[in-house]
Amino acid sequence: MSVLIDNNTRVIVQGLTGREGSFHAQQMLDYGTKVVAGVTPGKGGTKHLGVPVFNTVADAAKATRANASVIFVPPPFAADAILEAMEAQLPLVICITEGVPTLDMVRVAAALKNSKTRLIGPNCPGIISPGKCKIGIMPASIHKQGNVGVVSRSGTLTYEAVDQLTHLGIGQSTCIGIGGDPIIGTSFLDAIRMFNEDPGTHAIVMIGEIGGNAEEAAADYIKKHVKKPVVGFICGQTAPPGRRMGHAGAIISGGHGTAAEKYKAMRAAGIHTVQSPADIGSTLASYLPKSKSKASGKKSAAKATKPARKSKKRK
Amino acid sequence: MKIHEYQAKAILAKFGVPVPRGEVVVKKEEARAVAQRLGTHVVVVKAQIHAGGRGKAGGVKLAKSPDEALNHAGQILGMTLVTPQTGEEGRVVRRLLIEEGLDIKRELYVGVLVDREVGAPIFMVSAAGGMEIEEVAKDNPEAILKEKIDPTVGFQPFQARKLAFGLGLTPEQVNAAVPFFQSLYRAFIETDASMIEINPCVVTGDGKMYALDAKVTFDDNALYRHPEFKDLRDLDEETPLEVEASKFKLNYIKLDGDIACMVNGAGLAMATMDIIKLSGGSPANFLDVGGGASEDQVKNAFRLLLSDPNVKAVFVNIFGGILRCDILASGVVNAAKELKFKVPVVVRMEGTNVKQGKQILKDSGFNFTVAEGMKDGAQKAVALAGGAQ
Repeated sequence: MSVLIDNNTRVIVQGLTGREGSFHAQQMLDYGTKVVAGVTPGKGGTKHLGVPVFNTVADAAKATRANASVIFVPPPFAADAILEAMEAQLPLVICITEGVPTLDMVRVAAALKNSKTRLIGPNCPGIISPGKCKIGIMPASIHKQGNVGVVSRSGTLTYEAVDQLTHLGIGQSTCIGIGGDPIIGTSFLDAIRMFNEDPGTHAIVMIGEIGGNAEEAAADYIKKHVKKPVVGFICGQTAPPGRRMGHAGAIISGGHGTAAEKYKAMRAAGIHTVQSPADIGSTLASYLPKSKSKASGKKSAAKATKPARKSKKRK
Repeated sequence: MKIHEYQAKAILAKFGVPVPRGEVVVKKEEARAVAQRLGTHVVVVKAQIHAGGRGKAGGVKLAKSPDEALNHAGQILGMTLVTPQTGEEGRVVRRLLIEEGLDIKRELYVGVLVDREVGAPIFMVSAAGGMEIEEVAKDNPEAILKEKIDPTVGFQPFQARKLAFGLGLTPEQVNAAVPFFQSLYRAFIETDASMIEINPCVVTGDGKMYALDAKVTFDDNALYRHPEFKDLRDLDEETPLEVEASKFKLNYIKLDGDIACMVNGAGLAMATMDIIKLSGGSPANFLDVGGGASEDQVKNAFRLLLSDPNVKAVFVNIFGGILRCDILASGVVNAAKELKFKVPVVVRMEGTNVKQGKQILKDSGFNFTVAEGMKDGAQKAVALAGGAQ
């Protein structure tokens, strides 16, 4: 099992004919993702990469019964693209675009509240359910189908963690990159709730960053509701306050949003925290319930299990 | 993007926010003339730097005559102000704002920002003007009044009244506060600000309200909508290396350590700094070369890193996705040829085309240290930089 996307996911690519859109749509097709339509205003009726192109998302959704969309349009047009997908009632919209103005996202967030659409991102690598469906820009080869859910605010750091897991022979149910911006569609809490309810996810890795308090909110939820083992890492332990560390949301302001605060909340919630980004995979391995065992196993039982299967060399 | 107080006040005034009369000077002699023109009993001489805490550091002074204004200007211009926000090195004062003195009855705090937790703008006020709002939030959170704003309908007059009455203003003062708050919100939205802080916002003896100080920060992502703000950038307020980095669209932040790092992706870049520290070293910078860096970009990044005299070793940590490891390796080799590295370079790469990348490094004839995994890389970089501290 997986969350949000699987073999039945039918994807529209907004901005299919652009450079980024073309490149990544091809990668998604190669992975086996059902890319059923593209949208580029003015190019409706044509084909690109063998995929039919439409002028509007509504047309594309109607003609192809698509149930997800991924957005590769430049930042000035991203908010409009999200709202168009929402109006077409697509249940899942993934916005990869980096650099969307915050006030655009404020308006989008307000509109999404009264809709059936779940947004992931913006400024995110996307989402992948290994072996089933990939929507985004992550390198497919590092993933392996399995039972660990991964949620993260960053792109390459997620690849790092996933790669560690795969090297240890541990596969992933779904990996969600929620994005590094201050205002995003899907929070840590949302993702963790989904992983918690998914019987195919047996353990969770959460990779946070300095800034905001989304990690604390998720930790609070985990404390109350999650019995599956959770491993947590926060990057930016050495970041200076007041500076925006690449991601618009990664800033310690007024003494809040520090890594220390987040670690404290995570530990209080029973999350297995790691200080070194190199230890994410091995730590998860030590808490992973024995394969095939039910996810409802107690944490103490999980602790006793040895690191899962032997590391298999990739490729 | 940060701007100066005088620039912020000029923008706010355009939106109808009352600000004290004043002029900017860059020479002390001009201070006397401005003071004369203002003609008030008292004028204020204010250092213009991109950091708060100027008053306590001696960067804000009252003058009771044009001659005294000249005196203060002479003292403050060229002085290096050290405040809690500038760091130890401080900032050199290159400009002064000379303003009329006001008959201040009350000092308030007024701020607008996007609250990421609620995903909407909020308007904040407090009766404790002139104090750090973070301190107030910590010690006395109920002293801060907040109104969440629905972005689809905007900031309503009743919300402004609620805040104004909540501050204990008289009906006459409320009449001044409501349009003040609304103008401020309009400025926030229309300039794509990420934060506006008026601290203090003052009520004068005649019942009027003024922005005595003004701090405005713009959302970098929205600057394309405001080409007129480009001229407001003050390169003197930025670290020279960071100015250089921005020319190449590199995301660089200078730090105090001696191990330079070059990484793709903000999260991995932060994690790399963390693991250097955990290995007993100290990172010299944050540098995200971006997802799709070219060979040229890699070369520019090296040039930048090596121009920091503190750097004793470079740690390249790349997880190849869109950025392929062979491209990265070619960039590193070209940079080595052109820039003649004098410090050791540790390269750790993983992901797309990693085999080809490692081969390119091996065949180059340069003495790169190749690492397996980020822990190994960090430890090797620390050792090469002279060992753990």
